Amino acid sequence: MEADINIKITDRNGVTHVVLAPTDMAMNLMEVVRSYELALEGTIGICGGMAMCASCQCYVLSETKLPEMQDDEEAMLSEAFNVKDNSRLGCQIQMTPEMEGLEVMLAPES
Amino acid sequence: MIKTDILIIGAGPTGLFTVFEAGLLKLKCHLIDALPQAGGQCSELYPKKPIYDIPAYPEILAGDLTYKLLEQCKQFEPGFTLGERAETIDKQEDGSFVVTTNKGTKHQAPVVAIAGGLGSFEPRKPLIHNITDFEDKGVEYMIKEPEFYRNKKVIIAGGGDSALDWSIFLSDIASEVTLIHRRKEFRGHLDSVEKVQELKNQGKINLVTPAEITGILGQDKVSGVVVKQADKIEKEFELECDHFIPLFGLSPKLGPIANWGLEIEKNAIKVDNSLDYQTNIPGIYAIGDVNTYPGKLKLILCGFHEATLMCQSAYQIINPGKRYVLKYTTVSGVNGFDGTRKEAPKAVVKKIE
Repeated sequence: MEADINIKITDRNGVTHVVLAPTDMAMNLMEVVRSYELALEGTIGICGGMAMCASCQCYVLSETKLPEMQDDEEAMLSEAFNVKDNSRLGCQIQMTPEMEGLEVMLAPES
Repeated sequence: MIKTDILIIGAGPTGLFTVFEAGLLKLKCHLIDALPQAGGQCSELYPKKPIYDIPAYPEILAGDLTYKLLEQCKQFEPGFTLGERAETIDKQEDGSFVVTTNKGTKHQAPVVAIAGGLGSFEPRKPLIHNITDFEDKGVEYMIKEPEFYRNKKVIIAGGGDSALDWSIFLSDIASEVTLIHRRKEFRGHLDSVEKVQELKNQGKINLVTPAEITGILGQDKVSGVVVKQADKIEKEFELECDHFIPLFGLSPKLGPIANWGLEIEKNAIKVDNSLDYQTNIPGIYAIGDVNTYPGKLKLILCGFHEATLMCQSAYQIINPGKRYVLKYTTVSGVNGFDGTRKEAPKAVVKKIE
């Protein structure tokens, strides 16, 4: 079994949580947020993780190397609101052991 | 007043399957949905995407699932109020409920089943500081009547299918169509993208990319917008228009249902999962993704199960004291309200010489 990793997630109220994220359950960042209930159910992961709603948008605060953005994520972010240079869709970031120490902040609900 | 036995709010998979289960118990259904078509998320968000966990379907497209559910329940002749959002609910003296939509359509039933999924789909509004001042005064988030834009100057913002398709459609009606998008790339069906390219080359659509609208101009109604374009050098300019139509997709909101006096937890309606998925208000049930209980899973297949148990309980409310036992469709067949009958073929009894 691969190890769990420690990641820091700042929720929409500005509270930072350090959580353990499994890397062997094919979980993405949006699902980690949901599993710890760090955002109100129904306000994150609305499309289920298809890069079709941007409800899991987050700002990446650490220098962690992340998978490159695919076309659908880029297209969705171009239509989303509150987008910054460090915006990513949580549902497109699969948890891997290399992401130990990742720090993100959830974008406001829109 | 539309009268029925079970009034279903939400015409997604769970709502549609309720029609079938209710029909087996000789209960009539009517469905209300804010979207203009049945199918809920399956039709609106991902009709072309496959689902792999519908029992007996190793793979089925969400749009096909909707089609098959409609086909399965059609002999029970469901009524539909589409493109309208259920707004208020009023309990009557006789115990029934009257549900009124945002367009004033009234529906009456002894049982209400909320199968509202994640809520009704509302347009996503761009973050422009003064946009709310101009709603219905030149800013429209949805196009209801294309003729409304005849010989008008229209600006559409967005990068998806609806922005592309409406730009194409209105280019024949409006006097001027401008399409503004944050990027040069659009995500939509290839033919739509190509068609916009063609209309742009013919001068029938003005394309402004990569750009964003940052403000709306006008006194009592829209007279133009402020555009910030960032193509190599950043520049800001004003564009004249009669209408500004931002098309940034839809996002589901629980909406008015949240004010119906139902117990809400985690953006969902609490129900009694040990029995019949009834809410804290007797006669009002919540099934499918819209409900919550310990161990809840938001899966279509769970919605089907919840709908089935709910109908048995609704039968008791509608026919108090009347006996009934579960029958298998294979044994009893399916008698439609339209006079049709489906049944298993009779066994052949023949002597072997």
